[in-house]
Amino acid sequence: MTIDSSYREKIMERLDLTQDLAQEILVRAKKKGASHGDVVMVESESFFVTVRLGEVEKISQAQEKGLGLRLFFGHSSATGSTSDVSRESIDRLVQDTCTLARATVQDEHSGLPRPEELARQVADLDLVDREARSLPVEEKIRLAKQAESRALDFDPRITNSEGAEFSNEFNRVIYASSSGFSGEYEGSVFGLSVVPVAQHDGAMQRDYWSSTRRKFSRLDSPDQVGEKAARRVLRRLGARKVATRDVPVVFEPETARSLVGHLAQAVSGDSLYKGASFLIGKLDRIIASDAVTIIDDGTIPAALGSKPFDGEGLATRKKGIVQRGVLKSYLLDTYSGRKLGLPSTGNASRSVGQPPSVAPTNFYLAPGPHSPEAIIASVEQGFYVTELIGFGVNSVTGDYSRGAAGMWIEGGKLAYPVEEITIAGNLKEMFQNIEMVGNDLDIKYRVAAPTVKISRMTVAGD
Amino acid sequence: MAQDVIPARLFFDQRFGVNSRDLDKVLARALEQRADYADLYFEYTVQEAVGLEEGLVKNASSSTSNGVGVRVLAETKTGYAYTDDITIENLEVAARTARCIAQDRGGFAPAPVGTAKGSPHDLYPLRREGSDLSLDEKIGLLQEMDRIARNSDGRIKNVFASLAAQKKIVLVASSEGWVIGDVQPLVRLNVTCIAEEGGNRQMGSYGGGGRFEFRVLTDNRDYERYTREAVRQALLNLEAGDAPAGEMDVVLGPGWPGILLHEAIGHGLEGDFNRKGISAFSNRIGQKVASERCTVVDDGTLPGRRGSLNLDDEGTPTRRTVLIEKGILKGYLQDRLNATLMGVPLTGNGRRESYAHIPMPRMTNTFMLAGDAAPDDIVRSVRKGLYAVAFGGGQVDITNGKFVFSTSEAYLIEDGKVTRPVRGATLIGSGPDVLKRVSMVGSDLKLDEGVGTCGKDGQSVPVGVGLPTIRIDGITVGGTQTSQ
Repeated sequence: MTIDSSYREKIMERLDLTQDLAQEILVRAKKKGASHGDVVMVESESFFVTVRLGEVEKISQAQEKGLGLRLFFGHSSATGSTSDVSRESIDRLVQDTCTLARATVQDEHSGLPRPEELARQVADLDLVDREARSLPVEEKIRLAKQAESRALDFDPRITNSEGAEFSNEFNRVIYASSSGFSGEYEGSVFGLSVVPVAQHDGAMQRDYWSSTRRKFSRLDSPDQVGEKAARRVLRRLGARKVATRDVPVVFEPETARSLVGHLAQAVSGDSLYKGASFLIGKLDRIIASDAVTIIDDGTIPAALGSKPFDGEGLATRKKGIVQRGVLKSYLLDTYSGRKLGLPSTGNASRSVGQPPSVAPTNFYLAPGPHSPEAIIASVEQGFYVTELIGFGVNSVTGDYSRGAAGMWIEGGKLAYPVEEITIAGNLKEMFQNIEMVGNDLDIKYRVAAPTVKISRMTVAGD
Repeated sequence: MAQDVIPARLFFDQRFGVNSRDLDKVLARALEQRADYADLYFEYTVQEAVGLEEGLVKNASSSTSNGVGVRVLAETKTGYAYTDDITIENLEVAARTARCIAQDRGGFAPAPVGTAKGSPHDLYPLRREGSDLSLDEKIGLLQEMDRIARNSDGRIKNVFASLAAQKKIVLVASSEGWVIGDVQPLVRLNVTCIAEEGGNRQMGSYGGGGRFEFRVLTDNRDYERYTREAVRQALLNLEAGDAPAGEMDVVLGPGWPGILLHEAIGHGLEGDFNRKGISAFSNRIGQKVASERCTVVDDGTLPGRRGSLNLDDEGTPTRRTVLIEKGILKGYLQDRLNATLMGVPLTGNGRRESYAHIPMPRMTNTFMLAGDAAPDDIVRSVRKGLYAVAFGGGQVDITNGKFVFSTSEAYLIEDGKVTRPVRGATLIGSGPDVLKRVSMVGSDLKLDEGVGTCGKDGQSVPVGVGLPTIRIDGITVGGTQTSQ
């Protein structure tokens, strides 16, 4: 292909992302006066196809690169990023980041991890499915179509669909710092989901099911995804409001994991040192019932939240966060750890344009002894939550009030669907009131939980 | 405005060597497989953010991103490919990828909906390049906010203040032969205070912004007002009691409580959901969906507003669309694909988060027009209920119409008087039903301060809302106090 424009001379060549380039950038920054720094580079290829009512609706394909730089001048720092990976653009990035880093305040806690904390090797956690790179688009379309048609054919009341989607992403992460770490890893993610719409007596409901895995072969089959989505939407038909009252509330795994997510935020070093958590000063104290044990483990092979090293080059590891109700560890990166007088737990998360922040890896509520059926059977009158909407959670106080939909439990059985109600309480009490934990844990998301029963919450309806 | 076409077009030409001959070639390639329409969306965004906590400006960041998306439409199908490496070679590859969508098309040929020749708007009040706050002035501004907050009350224990300024240059080239561009500024200033008294710790937040320069916020001393509001809210929450639970009459204050409209009806009126027949508002044009006191509009043409744009992200000029007029459902919000398929005019609501996203129908600034009731009379009319003046976020299930939004400042109303403050609670209702319960509409329409971000299908876009004081006869309040 010939390009006739004279502008081509001026256009800088795009560079490949490599560990060598990262080192080169750090050297250049040092020459400009930076005392230390680190570089994160991410490269990704992504694809999705959505089908609706048997027809392809959208196909999207993309390639992206991003480069992020953090520089320190002593103890002051700043970050910069660009998606334009050319020499010219990198020069500007180094210059701009230096200017910003000189302007921020000297903060004794800021800085890179100590060299001895850094990962010594990059573990192979089986995060990428290279074989599935060659999966043809036709096959991806077929999977999405099959998931949707399975849902549509499942029951005549399923009359419409918001669509089904197959997606995949391959990415590569490089991290290098001036304290001596340099490493990279690759990952992949595959997803299959469908959102059927059911209709009965003039009222519509939609629900979804999805499967997300790092390995294509571990995705649920399209029939499983479609059937699960169909069952979920059908059970919502005919939903009604219930009267306001205090009752036991059972969270299915899909909603229980959001509770565990609120806890992850409350034990994050960022929230703690800022005074923005309801769990300040609770280390080694009882914060939940003894049915509650919570683990953060970044080393589970092929799990979504796994990675060999964190956003500052520390090896990830497995740690108990809550042990039989007692808070045993916070989630920390280097900065929040120093603020709290503790070492980093290897939970620094990094996106290209931002300084490190704290995030869980694979964060889950350990399974208990009860089957989900036994948990439901233990409730005389109560609410089984299948969907939560809204943002009514106050991380400072633990106050909790969210919109919910699900099933009413009567005499130990799921009796009828319920909607347009809220559930409310305070997370401090809710965790103390976890009475039963299910044996149905599947770590398929970064934050996961089995079925959970809370002995008492306020349901507001009529 | 035409004046923006030249800079955006020149910018991409000079920076990436993309001239109009190349664009024509790529668009022709994109249309090859009997596609109906193709467009290219070029975007270049620079952003600077500065943050203060614990009295110190510890963080500053700057980012640059650029990319191009190639879209091909064929009947109901969209092919999309994007890259952050803007070269003609990559554009051609993207065009080939995107057009594959048109391969298995049927016989249906939608009528063209018309073209965007230029924008009648010039909505962003900008001074000369380089006249905005310097980095040092921005740092000084955050430090001043910290000082104001801490000096105002000893119970304020921590202050987080942050500002972000973005400039986005966009260029849309269409297979209908037009090229149009825009340079879109967006600034935002936020402050959160944490107050503590006897082990009780509470938070208050406030902020504002819009499509203008930071200097606007300093010239008007808005930063001072934001800070005092955050302080007031944090201190007020120290005294707040448990919120009530159950259905009751609710008075919403003016401004940001307009998030009610965004969640309860706005999303449900977006063209994609209605074309597919999966919205609780599908096939209801001309029907009564609200009390006759309610007239609701979506208006992307308000100067300087966060939700405003000269052009939507498909190059269509924005406009004012009446959604509900005196209680009757009048119209949907459209992007190009859905307007074409539904055979209705474009409304300038085709928006996307960035070049990495496919456009879809989105709101701009959504608000209810003022009525004639005095706000005080509205509060006085309620015997027992809730007066909610500030909210956090909300969400809606567009298919069954159930929506929520959560208070961050609310009070009990007892015998027509505002009494005690109560903790945050989520309100839940049904979109097609809630506006029928609006029995009083105040004369005090107010738009929000400019902090709203709307999420849909994984895409975030800036939006605005507005509301006069209104009374809703019965909505479920999700507190913990079950008195009845």
